[in-house]
Amino acid sequence: MPDAPTKPPAQQDETRRERVGGEGRHERRAGDPGAIRDYTRNLLRAPRAIRDSIVRHGAPTSDRARSQTVTSNFFLHILSVRIHLHSLRFSTTLGLGVITMVLFIILVITGVLLMIYYKPDVNEAYNSMQDIMYVVPTGRFMRNIHRWSAHGMVACVILHMARVFYTSAYKKPREINWVLGMMLFVLTLFLSFTGYLLPWDQLAFWAITIGANIAQSPREITDALGITQSFDVGGAQKELLLGAHYVGQEALTRFYVLHCVVLPLATALVIALHFWRIRKDGGLARPAERIPATPPGERKAAGSSKTWGLMAVVPGKTPAVDKELANTVPAYPNALYAIAALSMLTVMVMLILGYFFDAPLTEMANPAVPENPAKAPWYFLGLQELVSYSAFAGGVGIPAIVVIGLALIPYLDREKEEPGRWFSGRDGRRVAIYTAIFTAVVTIVMLALTVRYGWLRNWYPDIPQIVITLFNPGTVLVAIFALWSVATVRRTQSTRYGAIALFTCFIIAFVIMTYFATVHRGPNWEFYWTTSDWPTH
Amino acid sequence: MSDSPPETQTAESLEASPRFAPAESRRDWLGLVAICSALGTFVVALIGALRLPMPSVFPESQSRMKLGKPDAFPLGSTTNLKEASVWIVREEDGGMYALSAVCTHLGCVAMREEDGSFLCPCHGSVFEADGAVVAGPAPGGLPWLELSVSADGQIVVDKTRTVAPGTRLMLETKPV
Repeated sequence: MPDAPTKPPAQQDETRRERVGGEGRHERRAGDPGAIRDYTRNLLRAPRAIRDSIVRHGAPTSDRARSQTVTSNFFLHILSVRIHLHSLRFSTTLGLGVITMVLFIILVITGVLLMIYYKPDVNEAYNSMQDIMYVVPTGRFMRNIHRWSAHGMVACVILHMARVFYTSAYKKPREINWVLGMMLFVLTLFLSFTGYLLPWDQLAFWAITIGANIAQSPREITDALGITQSFDVGGAQKELLLGAHYVGQEALTRFYVLHCVVLPLATALVIALHFWRIRKDGGLARPAERIPATPPGERKAAGSSKTWGLMAVVPGKTPAVDKELANTVPAYPNALYAIAALSMLTVMVMLILGYFFDAPLTEMANPAVPENPAKAPWYFLGLQELVSYSAFAGGVGIPAIVVIGLALIPYLDREKEEPGRWFSGRDGRRVAIYTAIFTAVVTIVMLALTVRYGWLRNWYPDIPQIVITLFNPGTVLVAIFALWSVATVRRTQSTRYGAIALFTCFIIAFVIMTYFATVHRGPNWEFYWTTSDWPTH
Repeated sequence: MSDSPPETQTAESLEASPRFAPAESRRDWLGLVAICSALGTFVVALIGALRLPMPSVFPESQSRMKLGKPDAFPLGSTTNLKEASVWIVREEDGGMYALSAVCTHLGCVAMREEDGSFLCPCHGSVFEADGAVVAGPAPGGLPWLELSVSADGQIVVDKTRTVAPGTRLMLETKPV
């Protein structure tokens, strides 16, 4: 050991005595005070010995000790020892991944707290929610934070996906991490959806009724083909989800188990894989070095004078030591400070939202009278708008196409490119802006047309059902977006720009649909300019 | 640290070394069998585990509801069984039918308007008085439910059994 620390004389003496004591076990005779003395000494030193058995390095006062802390601490070892300055720049990540993770942790903590009082029983669920709101100390506050964090997590997952996409961070070797991210996106939506039923209020009951029937909507296709008797996927999905043919106790139990056990565990597992892959794929995707390396003699000198341990077998004949090392800083404390600041900010925002804005609780579920309008949470409202034209295309077909299409992006666009550059430069930004304008116009025109002139059944009352099932305004939009994307690939001769066009189409259409259904849909899903125009009776 | 210079092992030399020599084919085959049998066990276990949540008995054992004597439904009346979301229509000639108000689109309960048509509040599907769909996303008309007369002379509706639209229960109107 070249750098074995030289121990102070007292400690050396102690080491020797320990050795003697160890041998003396056989030599000492009864009555000899040696063993008792050792025992007393060990007892007095136990606190330090316990600490040393957990922390196996010195205080984090030097870069070396801090690096050891990062590699040997379970919670810190997701970080690399050194981190590039570009990875730490706010514009590289916008901090969205960390914020999402913090929101997930907040959700786990507040969720477990809510479980202490919540009773998953159709007769008790609503009452226990009222207890949580009005009786349980800080119950209302915790429920509000849980709800706001859930909404925030959905929003941050979508924004994080957009950030990763627009900075080309999905490219080789990060393809599979993009797919894991898509899985987390879907898991987050399912977590939100299953949590929605638990309060057992009107909103919950009817949202889940609609959701479960969307799961059953493949029956529209099997009905059209006349094979529902022998091959009823839709019915099986609904029965699996509800354990019955209506939303009742079986459904509540199933959703409770999914929401509190199955989905959080699955999400935690995929999050672990997601983080692990970041490290395996070479850390955060960051802009390449364009700033000149620090002149020799400054930070570089410290880096190159050190011998860097080879932590794993690396491809190639020589280990890539010192590559782009000049502009790295120790992750401890630089990355830790960034994470701590983001965590603090996230918790603060959630505390403020939870304190001032109450999560709604409508009247108790009434299976005889639907809520009118029965609106899903905001992130499902775009889908609800599509579902209001036909259940299968809007609720199953189009979402499946979108999720599969997004997951395939890194396999269809394989142009080599340094990650970390927003929109891949000025041309890409222009493609994104043109696409955003195009999508906005097409989507708004489409919605305006359907509001003004209705849809297929209003024009051709005797149209076959299969046409209505498949031919949704959303289907038309998806087709237009696909064509626009292909046209962009042809025009720019770049799959990356085609991908930017496609992704921008879906993001903008999602935003417009969500806005439209939130603001302009009222009772009976009719169009209203504002909520104040809603009929009052 | 040994005295001899450390041997540099490239990927090629690793492959050439005897420790990494390709295994004998019999050992390959045994390994394959081991992996396949392990996978097979897991797949069977998984199928068994996934079978459990698919219910074979449903909680709604009482799909048949007794509605009372036919006299409870005067000629030309329309009665709403709110609990079951069913409308019972008794026409002037004594014919009777039951219409489920559960929308065929996504399961909301359609509301009966004053003109007898049904309007679903969730996504705006419109049905005529006889259940035929006229507007909106609903893939089919409101289902007609089976009506029968029980042994004690009561009208019985079965929520899980549908009949072809137009199938009415004809009751002899006894002159009182």
